[in-house]
Amino acid sequence: MNNTPPPISETSLKIEEPVISLDHLRVEFETDGSTVLAVNDISFKVSAGETVCLVGESGSGKSVTSLSLMRLVEFGGGKITGGRMLLAREGSETVNLAEAGTSTMRSIRGNEIGMIFQEPMTSLNPVFTIERQLTDGLRLHTNLSANETREKALELLREVRIPDPEKRLRQYPHELSGGMRQRVVIAMAMACRPRLLIADEPTTALDVTIQAEILSLINRLKRETGMAVLFITHDMAVVAQMADRVVVMYQGNLIEEGTVENIFSAPKEDYTKALLAAVPQLGQMAGTTLPKLLDIPGSPATPNPSLKTLETKGGALLEVKNLVTRFPVYGGIFRRKVANVHAVENVSFTINRGETMALVGESGCGKSSCGRSILRLVEPESGEIILNDKKILSLNERDLRSARREMQMVFQDPFASLNPYMRLREQVAEPLNNFGLASKSEVDDIIRDIFEKVELPLSFLRRFPHELSGGQRQRVAIARAIVVNPSLVITDEAVSALDVSVQAQVLNLMMSLQAELGLSYLFISHDMAVVERVSHKVGVMYLGKLVEVGSRSQIFENPQHEYTRALMAAVPIADPNKRNISNDMNFKPIPSPVFPVGHISEEPEYEQIEPGHLILRN
Amino acid sequence: MTLVFCVIFIAIFAPLIIPPEFATRMDMRTRLSPPDMAHWLGTDQLGRDLFYRVMLGAKTSIGIATSAVLMSLVIGLPLGLISGYFGGHTDNVLMRLVDTLLSFPALLLALTISAVLGPNLQNTIIAIGVAFTPYLARLIRGEALRVSQMPYVEAARSSGATNIRLIISHVLPNIMPVVIVQSTISLAFAILAEAGLSFLGLGTQPPEASWGLMIQASRDYLDRAPWTALVPGTAVALTVLGLNMFGDVLRDVLDPRSKS
Repeated sequence: MNNTPPPISETSLKIEEPVISLDHLRVEFETDGSTVLAVNDISFKVSAGETVCLVGESGSGKSVTSLSLMRLVEFGGGKITGGRMLLAREGSETVNLAEAGTSTMRSIRGNEIGMIFQEPMTSLNPVFTIERQLTDGLRLHTNLSANETREKALELLREVRIPDPEKRLRQYPHELSGGMRQRVVIAMAMACRPRLLIADEPTTALDVTIQAEILSLINRLKRETGMAVLFITHDMAVVAQMADRVVVMYQGNLIEEGTVENIFSAPKEDYTKALLAAVPQLGQMAGTTLPKLLDIPGSPATPNPSLKTLETKGGALLEVKNLVTRFPVYGGIFRRKVANVHAVENVSFTINRGETMALVGESGCGKSSCGRSILRLVEPESGEIILNDKKILSLNERDLRSARREMQMVFQDPFASLNPYMRLREQVAEPLNNFGLASKSEVDDIIRDIFEKVELPLSFLRRFPHELSGGQRQRVAIARAIVVNPSLVITDEAVSALDVSVQAQVLNLMMSLQAELGLSYLFISHDMAVVERVSHKVGVMYLGKLVEVGSRSQIFENPQHEYTRALMAAVPIADPNKRNISNDMNFKPIPSPVFPVGHISEEPEYEQIEPGHLILRN
Repeated sequence: MTLVFCVIFIAIFAPLIIPPEFATRMDMRTRLSPPDMAHWLGTDQLGRDLFYRVMLGAKTSIGIATSAVLMSLVIGLPLGLISGYFGGHTDNVLMRLVDTLLSFPALLLALTISAVLGPNLQNTIIAIGVAFTPYLARLIRGEALRVSQMPYVEAARSSGATNIRLIISHVLPNIMPVVIVQSTISLAFAILAEAGLSFLGLGTQPPEASWGLMIQASRDYLDRAPWTALVPGTAVALTVLGLNMFGDVLRDVLDPRSKS
């Protein structure tokens, strides 16, 4: 991280005539007879060598804008009903994309405009080799011979820093990791040296360390080729790291446009201010020990539960000792067990009453499996789980069912965690009925009370989940979890699918409920900044093992384990003056957690740095 | 929609209004006569009025098809649900059983069953019902498997729901769209299967009227009297079309997401 990127002013000086300029663009969607205005009168420009970030929450029209540029929006039922999109082509020719014919568009797509999509899993075709996918565009837009395209493909893979490019050419997408796949997608987009690269949330589905690598790669390619980059994201921290200029969108309208410094230091519009305030920033909590509510400007001042109420009550609620969870891998003609995925390896920790313990780590590190093992939604192999002096692992099915009243779970995807065929009242009432906790007449009162607690209008009682927004659904999921008065709530990435402003509200709700009801949370998340905001205690997981555990300040202010440090270094900082994404970031890839049957993993040895701050030494 | 109600209406009320002998009364002088005022839809090779036969045949065809599909639902739904929800060994055992049945073509299976049990109305229903069960069970199992892994099922499990409750109030409603659509398609196939069995002489026995039987009888006269095939054929086609549309409508009506 020593080689800092060039100061922003240097790049912005070089800005020449725009590669693409949008002029009063209007896009409409026709649905069931009514017309929805998705993009309303948007104008902005992107010049060569410049990165413009298009930022906004879901439904802001940012993706529709980018799809319009490629004229792909028409395939989704959209229609460009006004405005111009001028692309400066090779030479001095200018073409209005809004009126270009299909053959002109075909010669532009993938050739002069390259696009990177969000999901590296689905934007590559699983039945073709990497070589085939890379050379497809080349064969279409150039008249290179088969050997030359192959050479070119190799060169592209080297350019995006993929190790072993010769080997990768013969591989299929499923053989590559997520980060590797996104590099291939970028190589594809770069194949014909586009003048404009559109990146639509290219890192949203990736882990932070891989995100840092991809962001630095895009930056480097931009500098080397001088292309214009239109970067679409919802993440203000990524904006701060990437943008030269920022365009803020909200519900199809352009709210504010400016240089990245201006947007971050002196936002003019309320919406921009709110957006910035809602983002928890890593390092913001230095020096404090307790979680703190996020400020949401514009919302009525919520009765701030004083920090004292978020103090822990003391006394262990949950003790996890040497928890091991493995998943079998079957193979061969007889479908025998050939190996084990060591999802959770010898994990031990304690959560006190009223405390939030966060488990952080990247995908596949076993944090979710750990949470699910505690509820016994997956059966652990060995270890001990003691909740309220009850040994969870030795309970039979009936006792387990009643023990689950004490521990509830909130899931990541608010769209999938509610039954689409049940009214909200029934969904929230279900746990009460299951545990027989209330008589029929009492249930109504309890449900009303809970709906008020999670700040949902009572008119929602008779609604179905599809009528609610993501944040509202997540409130219902929280209501369902707390209705039985549990002492522990396990939240598995409960806010990561939400827009930032909604995320802030839900986090505040969770903290207020904690203060009010004395709940303990096991907060599973990949988002370091959010974790810093809400937790008392943090455990960092890597390859199924807990590599570092300690209080929030111990972990965030004095990280000791190599992996914890790498994780922190990769988190983008939401401040354009502190760019921490450097030119070429390369983190050690996470090794495979699959081990042959009978593999005995070594006993973990922890070293105590300070009281309560442990790090794994082997 | 209207189409289906018309057909059901005919199937129920035609036998009450039209005396059964209308469909079997032969008139050799007017055999194979094209549609005219006396015989709206013409007559068959024995001079029987096709209009009455189609009307009365509706009851047999629809009755057999509905009962057969109901029967395959009664067996296939729990089988698929249990298999998909519990998985593991239960799933393996049940699905191998279903695979065994699947390895015979449905019509051949129905043929064998009705040949063994003897041709009559009740056995035709059993034959078609059993033959259709494995397809339904397979499909339901796949859906149940998918739905069982949804977070809302897991959420309900962690909030203390018993297996039975999970299956009935969470899995079942969410697989219903597929079950409904598949059932209406199966109904269409059951009508055709009944026609097939009757065609081979194992379904409805003459002189009783059924659409399948009518199509069978018409095959020798196609060149001279095409209406003998067209009339019952159109009846089958219209019913199948209607059922498919009906299935789609039913699915939408039951889905809370389609109401706003």
